[in-house]
Amino acid sequence: MACLLEAPLRISVLSEVTATSRHYVDRLFDPDPQKVLQGVIDMKNAVIGNNKQKANLIVLGALPRLLYLLQQSSSSLQLRTECAVVLGSLAMGTENNIKSLVDCHIIPILLQGLLCTDLIFIEACLRCLRTVFISPVTPVQLLYTDPTVIPHLMFLLSNSQRTQEYITQVFSHCCKTPEHQTVLFNHGAIQKISPMLFSPSYKVRMQALKCFSVLAYENTQVSATLVNVLVDGELLTQVFVKMMQRDQPVEMQLTAAKCLTYMCRAGAIKTDDSCVVLKTLPCLVRMCSKEHLLEERVEGAETLAYLIEPDVELQRIASTTDHLVSMLADYFKYPSSVSAITDIKRLDHDLKHAHELRQAAFKLYASLGSNDEDIRKKITETENMMDRIVSGLSESSIKVRLAAVRCLHSLSRSVQQLRTSFHDHAVWKPLMKLLQNAPDEVLVMASSTLCNLLLEFSPSKEPILESGVIDLLCSLTQRESPALRLNGIWALMNMAFQADQKVKVEIVRCLGTEQLFRLLSDPDTNVLMKTLGLLRNLLSTRPHIDQIMSSNGKQLMQAVTLILEAEHGIEVKEQTLCILANIADGNTAKDLLMTNDDMLQKIKYYMGHTNVKLQLAATFCISNLIWNEEDGSQERQDKLREMGFVDLLHKLTQSSDPNLSDRAKTALQQYLA
Amino acid sequence: MAELGSGSLPLIGDPAFNYQQDSEQELSERLKRLYPAVNEGETPLPRSWSPKDKYSYIGLSQNNLRVHYKGHGKNHKDAASVRATHPIPAACGIYYFEVKIVSKGRDGYMGIGLSAQGVNMNRLPGWDKHSYGYHGDDGHSFCSSGTGQPYGPTFTTGDVIGCCVNLINNTCFYTKNGISLGVAFTDLPPNLYPTVGLQTPGEIVDANFGQQPFVFDIEDYMSQWRAKIHGMIASFPIDERVGEWQAVLQNMVSSYLVHHGYCATATAFARATETDIQEDQSSIKNRQRIQKLVLAGRVGEAIDATQQFYPSLLERNPNLLFMLKCRQFVEMVNGTDSEVHCLTVRSPKSQDSYPGSPSFSPRHTASNTHLHSSGADSPTCSNGVTLSKSKNHGSSLKYPSASSSACSSSSSSPSSINYSESNFSDSTKSQPHSTNSTQETSDSEMEMEAEHYTNGVVEGSTARIMNGTYKHEEILQPDDNSICNGVADEGRSSTKQIWGGNQAATERMIQFGRELQALSEQLCREYGSNATHKKMLQDAFSLLAYSDPWNCPVGQQLDPTQRESLCSALNSAILESQNLPKQPPLMLALGQATECVQLMGRVRSGSCSFARVDYFLR
Repeated sequence: MACLLEAPLRISVLSEVTATSRHYVDRLFDPDPQKVLQGVIDMKNAVIGNNKQKANLIVLGALPRLLYLLQQSSSSLQLRTECAVVLGSLAMGTENNIKSLVDCHIIPILLQGLLCTDLIFIEACLRCLRTVFISPVTPVQLLYTDPTVIPHLMFLLSNSQRTQEYITQVFSHCCKTPEHQTVLFNHGAIQKISPMLFSPSYKVRMQALKCFSVLAYENTQVSATLVNVLVDGELLTQVFVKMMQRDQPVEMQLTAAKCLTYMCRAGAIKTDDSCVVLKTLPCLVRMCSKEHLLEERVEGAETLAYLIEPDVELQRIASTTDHLVSMLADYFKYPSSVSAITDIKRLDHDLKHAHELRQAAFKLYASLGSNDEDIRKKITETENMMDRIVSGLSESSIKVRLAAVRCLHSLSRSVQQLRTSFHDHAVWKPLMKLLQNAPDEVLVMASSTLCNLLLEFSPSKEPILESGVIDLLCSLTQRESPALRLNGIWALMNMAFQADQKVKVEIVRCLGTEQLFRLLSDPDTNVLMKTLGLLRNLLSTRPHIDQIMSSNGKQLMQAVTLILEAEHGIEVKEQTLCILANIADGNTAKDLLMTNDDMLQKIKYYMGHTNVKLQLAATFCISNLIWNEEDGSQERQDKLREMGFVDLLHKLTQSSDPNLSDRAKTALQQYLA
Repeated sequence: MAELGSGSLPLIGDPAFNYQQDSEQELSERLKRLYPAVNEGETPLPRSWSPKDKYSYIGLSQNNLRVHYKGHGKNHKDAASVRATHPIPAACGIYYFEVKIVSKGRDGYMGIGLSAQGVNMNRLPGWDKHSYGYHGDDGHSFCSSGTGQPYGPTFTTGDVIGCCVNLINNTCFYTKNGISLGVAFTDLPPNLYPTVGLQTPGEIVDANFGQQPFVFDIEDYMSQWRAKIHGMIASFPIDERVGEWQAVLQNMVSSYLVHHGYCATATAFARATETDIQEDQSSIKNRQRIQKLVLAGRVGEAIDATQQFYPSLLERNPNLLFMLKCRQFVEMVNGTDSEVHCLTVRSPKSQDSYPGSPSFSPRHTASNTHLHSSGADSPTCSNGVTLSKSKNHGSSLKYPSASSSACSSSSSSPSSINYSESNFSDSTKSQPHSTNSTQETSDSEMEMEAEHYTNGVVEGSTARIMNGTYKHEEILQPDDNSICNGVADEGRSSTKQIWGGNQAATERMIQFGRELQALSEQLCREYGSNATHKKMLQDAFSLLAYSDPWNCPVGQQLDPTQRESLCSALNSAILESQNLPKQPPLMLALGQATECVQLMGRVRSGSCSFARVDYFLR
């Protein structure tokens, strides 16, 4: 009972005020039930809109008494109802009030109250429950602890417009996880709630719509069911489309667009469906326009970003709709210089939403630019866009930083942008800064962007290298998150591509062979692939190969053997054989292979494999070993002939795959010369 | 409307003709639905490209909807454009058309847009002053300039490009395949024509001015502006002192109920709102009784009752009497008038007390609107307004007491003045302006003012409002002592003979006809010839020429709804004689609002399209 513990401290401060408040509480203990009722009614009138009074009553211990009266079956129904009303009123106050109410176990008590048969009382309880549950401080799990609660709420839905409004509102606030969605779905939420979309009450329609949006979010099962639901002979999607009509309230348009967006993303509606292309998308673009409230613009942009994220065609359509790309530039103009002058309230409001607006715009730009080169160009050419991204990367709000780096990542997929605007704006600098001590989600995006900036044609590669990025990337490969390990090793791979010996040595030194081998046994195949890629890039050009193999040859051969012997996909094996081919290209490194009969047998095996790609890689390896112009080629040729490689090569010249037969012929020619 | 009516008769023509007529009618219906505020008589909508208003390199086909290029197409000097047949009327509010690119031809240098009358057609839309275009090759918009601005995507074969003109804020946006591309032009001048321009061989485009459903959901866009404008109207600040507005509204409702004789409702309303009724109960009941008689088709009895309750009324209104008698004759044909009464009517003896009015009775125009097309009213309208303008300028816009002078005061709003101005241009076509105004001044001023209001109401909305208010069946049913009750309603579907073939009745009717003829001649002698009277008489008598009058060209007269205008004219005359307003203030307000909205269209205020009075009456 936290409320009681706090009491002594506060009373001293509030002594004067509490004198009158205490009177209200005292009356709750009157032996005459009529006087108690009158006391509760007076209390109700006293607390309406008075947060101070609410806090006082809670401090003075009104809650347990009110809850006790509410629970007592000996209390009159009117008294119990009035108690629920007062509690609902108290819940309307500050978050502290809600906490106190929850601590007093109000939720199970009110849920118990719903078993009563009196509608007025039920409505009062539901209203209070609604107010408690929509507060962010209430743990939503409390709705699901008793398994009989949801079915009972579903049952109560048919009672009145008020029960419908309150219950659906509770549902939409308490449906936070896929499990919650499933629970509600399994108890027939869709069938029960869909008729409410035609309710005469706007509030009911709206809450029902909100409920559908949270149920459908990232839920294939719910979404697939929703598309087939008929309400009054009309498909639910068509009902949503009607709710998006421009003369409907904006809130309704936006929520209906969300429902359709979620259904589309969950695969229930195709992305080329006219209700998406001609209705949902334009509706969401409309929401981004200046004439709407800042909150609506944020929600509109975020939802649109989510809708178009996986589909390039939708991205193209959105990019040409209503000047969206330049419309989003307005999101960065808050607080405007005007708002600062005109009134302080507006400034406050703008400031509060400025971060939200910026991150929403970045998110939408990221989605828009994720595939199409022309759109990326359009975005970077938007007024001061690159500057905005750059400053976004170092904003205090983590949401903005994350969105900015997402946007940057999306744009970094463009060769042209990497060569031009990225370099001009020295994007790498804030990016490198962001990589220090950033939270994981930011780090994933930032490192992924860095991967692109380290591509060999990127002019930013040099300055990044000089900034000492290798340490950072190597440390990423040791992270627990597979995405971070992947990005770290990926970036190193890109960095090693056609790099100087110095860089390569530095990478090997920094990463350390131990870590390298750990990565070669990484549970994540993507990480393994990129590690092999890194090895391939490191083992290119003969001097590099010999140098690396002379110092780490033994361990490397061991690791390669392990990979070839383990259960791996074709790509992994191919990549590994390519590494062997690179090793075979070295001068001294060749010996590591030639002296390893076991390895040669493995190569032989892969030359006779059913997969052409593996055959090709293995043949390439042999071809390198028997190459004429190098020292000791004669001995190697002889040894390999003895091992039966020549016969094998002859066989391969007959292959139906032209690449393979060519490769085999070239190899055989080495024997003729 | 008259065209449609006559067009539906010879439907047994050749099928191709019918088909075209059908699609034409479909187009008309769609246009009417899209642009309800447009009066096509005044401002026709574009329906096709103009074969006259085009450059020679442009070829038209498929009912002038398909445009193809037939020039050399060497360079921009070979560009060619075509305009639609008519400019976009402002009363559209929001106007939209689409163009489908059938073929992009050699280079796809196609421009879609708008231009004013007289802009050079040897150019693409957008290159010259008062010309605006969106070009397919580069996706740029051209705003009266040879250099374009980056605007939208390029377009090519298979694309459907739409052009929407918002006449409320004078902007324009385009659509591509049903997706809005955002505002292209602002501050557009009025009276622009849909325009397309082509520049290289092989370019072909098809226009859709409403012939087919649009790819873009323009109705949805319109609904947004409708909601916006309704919001503006709803939140329009009313300058009021506490309770004043409410009192005005209550007064309007009360006076409306009283006017139409809804005695019990009026009393109940007055009790609930604690207001007073202007007229005493017995008077209301008398009027109600007379109205019921007229609406039941028992005009003879109605005349009797009128003469009983308001002895000198009809004598002072010979025109009204004449109309009543004409109607009585029609009702005799209908079989609804009680024969006993109809033969004993006295003809009027006394002189008319309004020397100026006979040639110009307000009710004639009113009944004319039902019988004929409504076009004839407008000169009288303008007359009335011109006078009231000079007389009542500066009066307030309230409806406090329901006297006729108070009613006329509301005409002093500036919109009415404009109205008369715009009509002057109409009337000068047929006759010189000066003649017109001398005629006016010879007439009674009071009468003329009233005239204006009658028109205002009747022209726009009375027919609908009246229908909504009077239900013949409802009024007839309680009247259970009526002799020929309900015959008119029941008998109309089956063929029947006049008076069931009763010879005596027919003779009596012919005799009545002679008296009517005599009355007409007498009126003619006293007040001069009256074309409306003649026509009315002629139409009524024509009924006898057909074996089945209910299905003959003039059979519409027999329709019970035709009684309404006469009924309200009689009611108004009675009220006027009691020094009460001849029109309920509610109807005046409605009439004025309707007029204002129409006027907005004429002065190019596009929002009129979404501020329609009938929307609020639904």
